[in-house]
Amino acid sequence: MNSLKIMLVDDEAPFVDALAKRLAHRGITVGKAFSGDEALERLTEGENPEVVVLDVKMPGMDGIQALEEIKRRFPLVEVIMLTGHATVESAIQGMKLGAYDYLMKPCDLDELIRKAGEASAKKRGHEQKILEAQAQHIALRMGD
Amino acid sequence: MSDTSYYRSLTRSMFLKVALVSLTPMLIIIFVAAWLFHTSYTEKVVSHLEELVERHAQSIDSFLYSRTAEMRMLAAAAPLEALRDQENLERLLLIMQEQYDGVFVDLGLVAEDGVQAAYAGPFQLGRARYADAAWFRTVMERGIYVSDVFLGLRGLPHFIVGVRRVDDQGRAWVLRSTIDFVAFTDLVRSIRLGQTGHAYIVNQQGELQTGESETLAEEIPTVLKLAARTGAGARAENGRDVRVFTAEILSGGSEAIYVTAPIKGGDWTLVFRQEERDAFADLYRARNVDLAVMAAGTLAIIVMAWLVSRQTVERIEASDREKELVNEQFIEAGKLASVGELAAGIAHEINNPVAIMVEEAGWIDDLLTDGEQLSADNRAEIVRALAQIRTQGSRCKDITHKLLSFARRTDPSIAEVSLNELVDEILAISEQRARLANIRIERRFLPVPTIVASAAEMQQVLLNLINNAVDAMDKGGVLKVATWLEDRQVVLQVSDTGHGIPQANLQRIFDPFFTTKPVGRGTGLGLSIVYGIVQKMGGDIRVSSTVGVGSTFSVFIPVKDTQKAAAEVETPGRMVRNKEAKA
Repeated sequence: MNSLKIMLVDDEAPFVDALAKRLAHRGITVGKAFSGDEALERLTEGENPEVVVLDVKMPGMDGIQALEEIKRRFPLVEVIMLTGHATVESAIQGMKLGAYDYLMKPCDLDELIRKAGEASAKKRGHEQKILEAQAQHIALRMGD
Repeated sequence: MSDTSYYRSLTRSMFLKVALVSLTPMLIIIFVAAWLFHTSYTEKVVSHLEELVERHAQSIDSFLYSRTAEMRMLAAAAPLEALRDQENLERLLLIMQEQYDGVFVDLGLVAEDGVQAAYAGPFQLGRARYADAAWFRTVMERGIYVSDVFLGLRGLPHFIVGVRRVDDQGRAWVLRSTIDFVAFTDLVRSIRLGQTGHAYIVNQQGELQTGESETLAEEIPTVLKLAARTGAGARAENGRDVRVFTAEILSGGSEAIYVTAPIKGGDWTLVFRQEERDAFADLYRARNVDLAVMAAGTLAIIVMAWLVSRQTVERIEASDREKELVNEQFIEAGKLASVGELAAGIAHEINNPVAIMVEEAGWIDDLLTDGEQLSADNRAEIVRALAQIRTQGSRCKDITHKLLSFARRTDPSIAEVSLNELVDEILAISEQRARLANIRIERRFLPVPTIVASAAEMQQVLLNLINNAVDAMDKGGVLKVATWLEDRQVVLQVSDTGHGIPQANLQRIFDPFFTTKPVGRGTGLGLSIVYGIVQKMGGDIRVSSTVGVGSTFSVFIPVKDTQKAAAEVETPGRMVRNKEAKA
């Protein structure tokens, strides 16, 4: 099984750094972005995380806008929203827009890893189905 | 206090209105009724008097006519010889006196030359000569005549009825009789009405024909003149020309009503005189009652109007007080709401450093549990992590300090407040929230004098205005906060570049519980609290807003004491500060 690939998006650089170190320490591949724009840029550039952990409250493009954009352009990437207590409502809104789950800040690292793992499994399931569908498609064509 | 004078003037204007509205119809009714009553009553009295006088004039005329007729009858029927005979004449007089209640005092036959040929009566008139007497000449001329009252030969007031008779030889004789003056006078004097109504008769020369009276003699000429000037009465056409007028003739006398009627074919005038206050006694009584009712009514209305307006204003005052109390409670409730909002913002702000600290601590934990021996790299990493924790801790401290400086100002008592300092504090709290909402804050503070206000209430005003501005800009924008001095007023202006307020809502934004936020998000109290506080300070608040462009709220706070305030204008060092929060 491949190691988990996560991208952390938050405007609080020290938070992203500390969390990234801890995740890396646990053998997880971690990408970092400090704004919604940067995250999208990196995704466009070809960085390929399975799960994006996205802070809801950010200056510039906020979490919800970033989520919408990610889901539009990279529908297979799973997103976990990170929120302070005051923005639970926007986290819920994020779930409606296709986020996999949300986590309250400051979050328990193990829980984050667990949820990221689930999200990743879901993504892999999706990809598996797509591959199967494609294979079937090819098989049908060959059968012609 | 301005409040007291306000309520007093309210009482006064209400009292005046109530009194006016009640008094006007009452007075109109009373005056109209009194006027109608007066008119009809006067008409009635006058027509009654006219009738009375006419009736009496008729009876006097008929008295005179009867006497004349009797004389004519006697003159025509009795043989001349019988009239010339003294004894016979006395017998005739006796018969007439018996028949006519002694109205005829004496009888006399006067020859053509004016010498009395025969006489029967109580006076010793014997062969009196009447050739020069006016009445004798008139009788000779007209054939029949009733004289005016005169003293005559006997020296007593009397009047004569004379009839001419022509005998077989063509000689003329005059049969004359003296009419009992007392009986005649009684006839006139019997016309009495009320206390002052009485009648008398005057001849054309204005001589009194009924008794003698100096006071009457004084007024007669004027009465006749006025009667002549007065137009013919209503009944003149088909009856006697009765004339009515009122005049104050006798000096010192009172206004009297006069009724005149011609009698004896216009030779004499029957005058009836009654003092007005006697003639219209009932009318005056009614008028007095009317006035008493009016006075009582007016008094009652004034008292009631006063009581009602006092009571109403007292109620208004009480309800105003109540409203003020409710307003205060609103402010309390709104305070909690905005503090709640503030708390949520602060919690979020404090959450970030806390999250960093938790992660760094976790990282140290990871490193420590990794192996028994700490590598130099790990040691350096732990030192870095601890430094980061310290940094984040002091960030938390900054936030709590901001919060504390806000909380310090919860004292509602009124004191001198530096507005610019206060605005700075509130903006410091709101900065993080604004930053996350992509809002740039622009400050334009000019030196303003301290204002006399409650710092806690001013915080409410600022917090609500700034929160609203931030809420209005959900897609980011610029929040401008400016202060300056203008016409002895400190102006605080908060403008945003948000979605603006539609014209329809602009009228209602200060109404309590009016909100456009979804249920559960806004109490609708914020601006009504702001309004209440500003009004209480004697200030004013104005809004201008364009949909899609933004809104500007301007608060005007009066400077209480200009001289003192001018001395306390803040130092120029703080004059313009245009700090911009990082976008």
